[in-house]
Amino acid sequence: MAVVFERPKALVDIPTHYCPGCTHGIIHRLVAEVIDEMGIEGDTIGVCPVGCSVMAYDYFGCDMIEAAHGRAPATATGVKRAMPDKFVFTYQGDGDLAAIGTAETVHAATRGENIVVIFVNNTIYGMTGGQMAPTTLPGQVTQTTPFGRDTNVQGYPVRMCEMLSTLDGVALAQRVTVNSVPHIREAKKAIRKAFENQKNGLGFSIVEILSTCPTNWGMTPVDALKRVEDEMIPYYPLGVYKDKTAEEVNK
Amino acid sequence: MERNLMKGNEALAEAALRAGCKCFFGYPITPQTEISAYLAKNMAKAGGVFLQAESEVAAINMVLGAASTGVRAMTSSSSPGVSLKSEGVSYIAGSDLPCVIINVQRGGPGLGGIQPSQADYWQATKALGHGDYQLLVYAPSSVQEMVDKVTLAFDMADAYRMPVMILADGLLGQMMEPVTFPEKKTDFIEKPWATDGHGGKRKHNITNSLYLKPEELEKSVVERFKRYDEIKAKHTEAELYLTEDADIIVTAYGATARVAKSAVNLARAEGIKAGLFRPITLWPFPVNEINEAVKNAKVILDVEMSMGQMIEDVKLATNCSKPVEFYGRTGGVIPTPAEVLEQIKKLGGAK
Amino acid sequence: MAKITVDFERCKGCALCTTACPKKIVAMNQEKRNRKGYYPAYCTDESSCIGCAMCAMMCPDCAITVEK
Repeated sequence: MAVVFERPKALVDIPTHYCPGCTHGIIHRLVAEVIDEMGIEGDTIGVCPVGCSVMAYDYFGCDMIEAAHGRAPATATGVKRAMPDKFVFTYQGDGDLAAIGTAETVHAATRGENIVVIFVNNTIYGMTGGQMAPTTLPGQVTQTTPFGRDTNVQGYPVRMCEMLSTLDGVALAQRVTVNSVPHIREAKKAIRKAFENQKNGLGFSIVEILSTCPTNWGMTPVDALKRVEDEMIPYYPLGVYKDKTAEEVNK
Repeated sequence: MERNLMKGNEALAEAALRAGCKCFFGYPITPQTEISAYLAKNMAKAGGVFLQAESEVAAINMVLGAASTGVRAMTSSSSPGVSLKSEGVSYIAGSDLPCVIINVQRGGPGLGGIQPSQADYWQATKALGHGDYQLLVYAPSSVQEMVDKVTLAFDMADAYRMPVMILADGLLGQMMEPVTFPEKKTDFIEKPWATDGHGGKRKHNITNSLYLKPEELEKSVVERFKRYDEIKAKHTEAELYLTEDADIIVTAYGATARVAKSAVNLARAEGIKAGLFRPITLWPFPVNEINEAVKNAKVILDVEMSMGQMIEDVKLATNCSKPVEFYGRTGGVIPTPAEVLEQIKKLGGAK
Repeated sequence: MAKITVDFERCKGCALCTTACPKKIVAMNQEKRNRKGYYPAYCTDESSCIGCAMCAMMCPDCAITVEK
């Protein structure tokens, strides 16, 4: 018998600090698999955020930088501009990318910064114990919306892929999820495409991944997968919002 | 060597190029914009990167990214913009990264004004951002000295893996003086800690300022402060001018020291034994040097373009061994030599 | 002939793998806990495993290795 599935080499062989059933682990693995398949671990520099994935620097085998909250796209810009031949990716949660770091995200995108952004959207601030995120769904109960997010008071969730897809600097804006095996396969394809775009110098590629937070959602991990399907996907439809490579083909 | 007549801000920029600065990230703000404009024109030619960021916050975090790959990186701004950078500076210090930050000070607080000021002394030397850390702060007082200190700042930043600030002001930034530049630097120290891609040749490097275990964070801070101790012991700088027999010592830095020096000369012409102590490193404050300067003095007159910030270090450094008086103008008003002379006379600087 | 190996100590007992198995032969241990206190997953019928690796793909902790 031969091994047909094992931990990718670009993922350090240590346990993660993530809660049981948190899909951060799946997303980490997909990024590492793509790095392995492209053979680029030695030429990749990752930038992690502030939030649950703050300690991703211990998990990825490539060189890693821990950025300030929301500033990963700016930090990644500095890395990529200094080392244009290296692969640079950020790994950010929704609070990091779509609240405190919105300006950095939008401007890295509109500059067409040739980086990959892995955007993990779980509609909540996980690390600090479950407060309202910019992506928290209307009605969703969190520590800071104990009666549910009231859109009259807290406004509406941000749809980043849709917003960013209007910018000329964006090569890829795609929303995927990892709540089932078919979705995981699709997510990996999107991540691969994002890294290929960087290789081909196409510009800013963002892959938004709908993820779970069983702990702060107050659900079992299995029920959390179902919430992605039933509540998140309807508000955040999966799909390709912008793809420069497809536009080239259609020309 | 070639001598050029150059505006302070442009000289700062050219000095950075000569020092091998590879990446500059900035955001427009008066009165330092010529630095950006100069580098926008000349950085690419020199094989470097100039990028106008979307904010001061983004600019300093771009510096963090570039510096972590091991290249020399710099940003510049003026007072309100430097406040915005404070977050990133704290992260850079916590991540033990080298970089150079230029502050061409203007009046504050708030939006303040656009005229020269020295009201960011406390910010630069005590509290630019949260946490246990220091910046090495140089306060040049001429265009030539700005060039020299930018050159030195990059070397010190690399050697001690820390952010270094050039604390200038609108007067120095806008004035023109003849300057000589050093040759372009080509040899740099090795940076085995750089996160520039491990190439399969080493374990992954991590640029980080997070330590969840208090003992580990304490260890990292203590290690950093050992480097600070070495800087304190070896790298303080000050100018002592006519201090040996002086009854009255004027203390001033940066552009104000030029005014103070004129006042000292005027006083001497009237037979008053005045001298000048000018710290060049504001952090670390030149403690030995000031005590040497004031040893025979009866009184110290601290002059600043602020309501009095450095005066606290003057008192601390001299252990209040002499009375310390203050004269300051603020809000962008520049004190004149005549005003300072009047203060010297008031303090009994009689013949 | 195929088989899965669950890293007993690495598994956090989240049960996501059980949702992915097309043969419904991945289940959670009900008796034995690992050192962290989780009940790890196991294969209830090794002879039925087809080595599709879906359980491993669903695992957030890379705790499952698949051989075929």
